[in-house]
Amino acid sequence: MTISFLLLAAITIIGTAAAMSLKNLVHCVLALTLGLVGLAALYLQLGAQFVGFTQILVYVGAVAILAAFAIMMTRSAEPTKTNESSSFGLSGTLIALIVFAVMAWAIYTGTSALQVAAPQPEASVHQVGVALMHNFVLPLEIIGLLLTAALIGAGVLAMEESRRAR
Amino acid sequence: MPETIDQIFVLLKHWLMLHVPVALQPLCSAILSVIPVLLVFPLLFAITTVLERKGLGRIQNRYGPNRVGPFGFLQPMADGIKSLTKEDIIPRSADHFVHFLAPVLLVIASFLVYAVLPIGRNMVVANLNAGVLFFFAVGSMVELSVFMAGWSSRSKYSLLGAMRAIAQMISYEMPLVLSSVVVIMAAGTLSTVEIVNMQATYTGIFPHWYVFTPWGFTGFILFMIAATAESNRCPFDMPEGESEIIAGYYIEYSGFKFALFFLGEYLGMFATSAMAITLFLGGWAAPLSVLTWVPSYVWFFAKLLALIFVFIWIRGTLPRLRMDQLMNFAWKFMLPMSLINIVGAGIWHFMPAGFARWLIVSLIIVLSCVLLSRSLRRSKLFHARVYRFAS
Repeated sequence: MTISFLLLAAITIIGTAAAMSLKNLVHCVLALTLGLVGLAALYLQLGAQFVGFTQILVYVGAVAILAAFAIMMTRSAEPTKTNESSSFGLSGTLIALIVFAVMAWAIYTGTSALQVAAPQPEASVHQVGVALMHNFVLPLEIIGLLLTAALIGAGVLAMEESRRAR
Repeated sequence: MPETIDQIFVLLKHWLMLHVPVALQPLCSAILSVIPVLLVFPLLFAITTVLERKGLGRIQNRYGPNRVGPFGFLQPMADGIKSLTKEDIIPRSADHFVHFLAPVLLVIASFLVYAVLPIGRNMVVANLNAGVLFFFAVGSMVELSVFMAGWSSRSKYSLLGAMRAIAQMISYEMPLVLSSVVVIMAAGTLSTVEIVNMQATYTGIFPHWYVFTPWGFTGFILFMIAATAESNRCPFDMPEGESEIIAGYYIEYSGFKFALFFLGEYLGMFATSAMAITLFLGGWAAPLSVLTWVPSYVWFFAKLLALIFVFIWIRGTLPRLRMDQLMNFAWKFMLPMSLINIVGAGIWHFMPAGFARWLIVSLIIVLSCVLLSRSLRRSKLFHARVYRFAS
C-alpha cells in the first residue's frame, strides 16, 4: 500500500465513478478514459509494461475514440436533464455488491492471499511473446479468426448500406 | 578525446549528481534528464518555423520572413510575444473545462514520447523494455486531445476538422505500427536503445542500418508516408484545409492555446521523424565507420534536420489530397503493402545470407507494389466522382 498505489487507485475509482454519474455523455467517455489510464498506470506499477502500454494503446487510442464517435453519430451530444443510469440505481448497487462479495471471497480464500512474500515476477515483452506462441497459441489463433470474421462482417454491413443508398 | 566530447552531457550529469544528497538523487536525475528535452525540442520548433517559412518562400518564389533580426531569424520570438499578448477567446457555448484541457493534453502527450527516443549514445530519458510500444501508446493520446478540442469548441468547422483528423489518424496509425513491426522482428526487441545498438555496427565502412535492406527500405518509405499523415502535414493536411474548414479542430483557439496546438503538432512531427531515425536510419550511429569520431548527438540532430527538410520540401511540392483518395490510399495500398513487407522480412530472416535473399525479397516487394497499384489504378481510372450527398 504505497502512496503511488493509493493515488492511482483514487484516479481509477474517481474516473469510473464520474463515468457513471456525469450528465453529459461525452464527459462520461472522457472520465472513463481517465479511469482506463489509471488502470494502465496500475499495471505499469506492477511491472507489466506490455499490458500497461497495450491498455493505453487499445483503450485510449481506439475504444474511447470509437465510443465518442458512436455517441456523436447516433444521438445528439446535448446534455440530458437526468442521468438515465440513476433510474436503475437499486438493482445496480445490488449487483455491484454481489460481484464485490464474490471477488472478495475469492481473493481471501484463494491461494494468492497466502503468498505475500513471493518475489515479484517481471512480465517482460519477451515472456509474454513466448507464452503467446507456445502455451496459448490455440486461443490466439481462435481470437484472430474471430476478429477476422468480425472485420469481414463489418465490411459486409458497410457494403450493404452503400448499395441501398444508390 | 572524441569519447569525452561524445559523452560530455552524460559526464556532466554524473558530475552534477555527485553534489546532490543521496535521498534527492532519483528526483534530480529525472529532472536533469527531462530539462534538456524540454529546452532543445521547443527551440528546434522555433528554428523549424523560420526554416519552413523561408524554405516554402523559396519554393514559391517569394521572400518569406526577413524583417525581424538578421535574415528574419528572430521571427519566432516576435510570434511568441504576439501569441502571449493576444486575448484568449473562449466561445460562449464552449465546454470550458474540456476546451482548456485539450491543448494541455496534446502538449503533454507530445513531450512524453521523447522519453524513449535515444538522442545520443547513453542519452535516453527512460530505457523502457517496451519502448516502441510506449511511443505508439502515448502517441495515440493525441487523437483524444484532437477530439476534445473539436468537440468542446462547439463549432461545426472544428467538429468536422476533428472528425477528419481522427479518421485520418486512426487509418494511418495501422500502417505506421505495421511498418515498424519489421524492425522489431529483425531486432527481436521493443527497446529503442537496443534497436539502435544493433544498427551501430559496421561491415567494412558501411553501417548495418535497417534501411539498407529491401524490407527496411520499404518499411521506411511506408513509415514516412504514415508519419506525414499522422502529423497532419501536406499533402495530408485535410483536417486543417484552409480553403474548406479554415483551420480544423483548433479554429476556436486563440492566443497562446493556438500556439500550443502549433507546438504540439511540430513536436509530434519531430518525434515521428526521430522514431523513423531510431528504427531505420541507425539512430545516433554514424553513417560511415570512419566518421565515428563525430559526437553521436550531432548525427542524430543532423538526421532529424534532414528529415524535417524532406517534410518541408514535400509540403512545398505536393497538392492536398481529397478525403476519399486519402482513405483509399491508407486502406487499399498502405495496409496491404505493410503486411506484404512483414512477410518479406520473415522470408529474409529464414533464408541464408547472400545474394539470393536480396533478389527474392526485393522481387516480392516490387512485384506486389506494382500489381497492387496497377489494380487500384484500373478500377479507379475512368470513374467520374459520385457526390453522395451533394448531387
